[in-house]
Amino acid sequence: MEKIYSEQQNACRLAKVCPETVKFLLNYSRSLYITKYDYISFEGNLN
Amino acid sequence: MELQLDDSVLVKNYIQGDEKSLEILINRHNQRISSFIYSKVLNQSITEDIFQDTFIKVIRTLRKGSYSEEGKFLPWVLRIAHNLVIDHFRKNRRLPKFECNENFNIFSVIGDGKLNAEKQLIKDQIDFDIQLLIEQLPDDQKEVISMRMYKDMSFKEISENTGVSINTALGRMRYALINLRKLIETHNIVLTNY
Repeated sequence: MEKIYSEQQNACRLAKVCPETVKFLLNYSRSLYITKYDYISFEGNLN
Repeated sequence: MELQLDDSVLVKNYIQGDEKSLEILINRHNQRISSFIYSKVLNQSITEDIFQDTFIKVIRTLRKGSYSEEGKFLPWVLRIAHNLVIDHFRKNRRLPKFECNENFNIFSVIGDGKLNAEKQLIKDQIDFDIQLLIEQLPDDQKEVISMRMYKDMSFKEISENTGVSINTALGRMRYALINLRKLIETHNIVLTNY
């Protein structure tokens, strides 16, 4: 039984993304702007 | 005691422009979502990529105002992550991946069709030698071989340009090649294959 359950032991690992990924997402969010015109929304990214 | 705002409040604040709320949401659910993705893909880099794509979708949906708050922020994000994991496996099935190991490198059997530096040098040397040999041919043969081999002209075009019949052009080409072979033999020139 132990063998069966420990076969994919790795799958239970607690993972966490790195701070750079979080930072990227926050920057992406800040740069994203959405303009709506007649039910159409336009997306843009400000540098 | 630290006051913990509910996800729904943070989502609302974020939609209203509070970027800090997004940071709290990401950090709060980072481990839960990452572990969920990792449990499926078993690779940290792919986990990072899918996590990133998941939150890009989340951010876009929230900012567009398409998200309806029902107090289920985390299950919604996990559903997006789940769909992206499926997309990842589908994409990988369409594009089979080959991983090299210590004993075998795929680049030792396939190439990009380009010559390596050594072979390019050999080719340049051979091209240069052949040009010198062509210079030794009579003018009429030199002209035909140059038009055919370097200008990629057809024998019809050569005959029109030189004012001779196609048969004469063909004959000159034939003699040019015979003479080139003779020159190579006479001077013991080795034109190495590359």
